[in-house]
Amino acid sequence: MANAAEDKSIYYVPENGWYPVWVALGVTCLLVGAGRWLNAIKVGGEPSFIVLWAGVIILTVVLFSWFNKVIQENHAGLPNAQVKRSYVWGMSWFIFSEVMFFFAFFGALFYARVFAVSWLGGEGDKGITGDYLWPQFTPDWPVVNNPDPSRFTNPHESMASPGVGNWLSYLPFWNTLILLSSSVTVHFAHTAVKNNNRGGLKAWLGLTVALGALFLFVQGYEYHHAYQELGLTLGSGIYGSTFFILTGFHGFHVTLGTFILLMQLVRAFRGHFKPDDQFGLEAASWYWHFVDVVWVCLFIFVYVL
Amino acid sequence: MSAVIETHHDDHHHGPGKGITRWLFTTNHKDIGTLYLWFSFIMFLVGGAMALVIRAELFQPGLQFVHPEFFNQMTTNHGLIMVFGVIMPAMVGLANWQVPMMIGAPDMALPRLNNLSFWILPFAGGLLVSTLFMDGGGPNFGWTFYAPLSTTYAPPSTTFFIFAVHLLGASSIMGSINIIATILNLRAPGMTLMKMPLFVWTWLITAYLLLAVMPVLAGAVTMMLFDIHFHTSFFNAAGGGDPVMFQHVFWFFGHPEVYILILPAFGVVSQIIPTFARKPLFGYDSMVYAVASIAFLSFIVWAHHMFTVGMPLAGQLFFMYATMLIAIPTGVKVFNWVSTMWRGSMTFETPMLFAIAFVVLFTIGGFSGLMLAITPVDFQYHDTYFVVAHFHYVLVPGAVFGIFAAVYYWLPKWCGRMYDEAMGRLHFWLSFIGVNLTFFPQHFSGLAGMPRRIPDYSIQFADFNMWSSIGAFIFGFSQLILLYTVIKTIKSGEPASDRVWDGAHGLEWTLPSPPPYHSFTHPPVVTDAEAHS
Ligand SMILES: [Cu+2]
Repeated sequence: MANAAEDKSIYYVPENGWYPVWVALGVTCLLVGAGRWLNAIKVGGEPSFIVLWAGVIILTVVLFSWFNKVIQENHAGLPNAQVKRSYVWGMSWFIFSEVMFFFAFFGALFYARVFAVSWLGGEGDKGITGDYLWPQFTPDWPVVNNPDPSRFTNPHESMASPGVGNWLSYLPFWNTLILLSSSVTVHFAHTAVKNNNRGGLKAWLGLTVALGALFLFVQGYEYHHAYQELGLTLGSGIYGSTFFILTGFHGFHVTLGTFILLMQLVRAFRGHFKPDDQFGLEAASWYWHFVDVVWVCLFIFVYVL
Repeated sequence: MSAVIETHHDDHHHGPGKGITRWLFTTNHKDIGTLYLWFSFIMFLVGGAMALVIRAELFQPGLQFVHPEFFNQMTTNHGLIMVFGVIMPAMVGLANWQVPMMIGAPDMALPRLNNLSFWILPFAGGLLVSTLFMDGGGPNFGWTFYAPLSTTYAPPSTTFFIFAVHLLGASSIMGSINIIATILNLRAPGMTLMKMPLFVWTWLITAYLLLAVMPVLAGAVTMMLFDIHFHTSFFNAAGGGDPVMFQHVFWFFGHPEVYILILPAFGVVSQIIPTFARKPLFGYDSMVYAVASIAFLSFIVWAHHMFTVGMPLAGQLFFMYATMLIAIPTGVKVFNWVSTMWRGSMTFETPMLFAIAFVVLFTIGGFSGLMLAITPVDFQYHDTYFVVAHFHYVLVPGAVFGIFAAVYYWLPKWCGRMYDEAMGRLHFWLSFIGVNLTFFPQHFSGLAGMPRRIPDYSIQFADFNMWSSIGAFIFGFSQLILLYTVIKTIKSGEPASDRVWDGAHGLEWTLPSPPPYHSFTHPPVVTDAEAHS
């Protein structure tokens, strides 16, 4: 007698639940723990991780139960088409807010390149400041000679593209190919489930997860290379700052996206998703396309130009 | 398993849960709206107490009560709490209560997310206030937290301040997603976009502003965090960064933020004036377009906060003219409110008093804003009490009066009981006198050169500051009348009718007072009488 499922004019309002308030508690513990850790490191103290771990554990348990619950409700047919449209709006505008988060860092990159660095080098109305403080500074991008190298160590080299001719030996180029192809494979996985092709779904989704992991591996290798061989770190001036914050937050989003896709893969093996109902997968694939687009912007503006 | 689910399904036709878990676990838009409003009121008292510390110190020249270091923490936290802990949550609370009822929906579109967006707030607010008790004191760099004060020279508690801002941002983003999904997806059949009540329109546009700029604020504080803990140089020129860059990123968030605070109040006033003028809103379409243009312009004017920091001349001219353009849609709105009242058969109940005061006093704040927009004179006004007078005129008799008006207007609907009109009027007049006494003299002290955020001042400003402080204490303590009146209404007010106000139109007035736990379980019929036609 699942009335709600049959009477499509009733909007499904979920009953009270303990998940959200625990998420709020968990995320607060996580951040307070992280803050105590950071502050302890800064003054050279002994960090304590208890609050941090409490946050991680609470969040893991609660988010897992929450998503599980939503999937169960969906299998029981409680949400109607209108509820699913709310999920679609929710996910789309969440991705929009993520775009704006990256926009802030891209804005910082453009501002630094176009204004800050050239003013420090003596251009424009503000030139005089740079001339007084650091007369030897020359405004090149990437900045490998900082205004004050005693405070922000110069890197030996930047990660900038060596020119199109040398791309075959340039790892970020291969990473671009890896991520672009993973966007295609996740699309194939989505098409497969719509055509009720379970084998195709699992294969393409598995391949996407593998490509995501490969991307992260290559990125990790690049970071190691930057820190160990190029001397390029977060502390090497504005180039290192913008490079690592942009690629770092992108890498964090890829990690999250890969994990979400992995969860969808697990669900696919458990027989979830129907040809006409696979929003979990679809949302994950939107998210994946989003991290892909961000990477293309990164490749162009951080690596190539 | 299906049995389990069916019990759940039955649950949602039941009323509210029992005890404290009703509030902790609720997915109901009315409960969550109530939580938001009470949270906001508590923070209003906390942030207000900080304002009174500031005004007590400034009552006379010289240092009286607090250490200048603590004074800085008070100005900083007063601003942060009033913006993020009071006005924003109150507006979201109003949206929670009203949007589903005004568009004919059973609840918000994403009820669990709704609970999460609220319950993050007490944690974030608690974290923010707790910084005051940490070693080295709380944030002391002003609510705009400019680098390098907030990075190189910041107290250790800044780390937690940053995380509190992250949490507040996450709450706002989730709240906005929910409001957008509700408005776009849950309108009753026949409730077309151009029939939506103005309050719903202003919140739709506000939600987009929030989605666009809260992530940018998160980016700004994240860069601060990295500059403090990971040795980056975003805001440090020695590494090729620029402290001015912080101001650009901050104000790219900050200017739209002021519209986030005021647009829902525009919506409230656009609901109230037609009710008590007993006339339809004049120029409904132009009101919608005006709000949309204000929202658009808000993205291209941010650097008017930074004229004195050094900017190419072309930039100064662009930001000056773009800012002055905002006066046009704002003028349209004020004109429409006045025209709505023109030849209306007006009565002056408390919500209407607050709404009219809003129109008049917000306009004063708007005019001083126009003055500040003019680059050459801004060089004189910048960082003086004239700026303080300007933004308090748009935020206190602007946004806060909008919230008061909304509370008096809809409280009888929410609890099915009428508030005490005499107490409402007393609250209005004391607030009105207090607010003007506090902030009007600050125009003069500012023009004469009194700088903001300084605990001491030259003798010549003594009279203005004494009046300001007296006004602030009148305003502050008269808010206890609001508390008393609301509690009295809930406990023992006279029963209110369903329509409450005889000039009121809109779907919320077709529901009983108080409305059922789930507002519209079946979509209502939208008639011309209840919607803008
Ligand atoms: Cu502004």
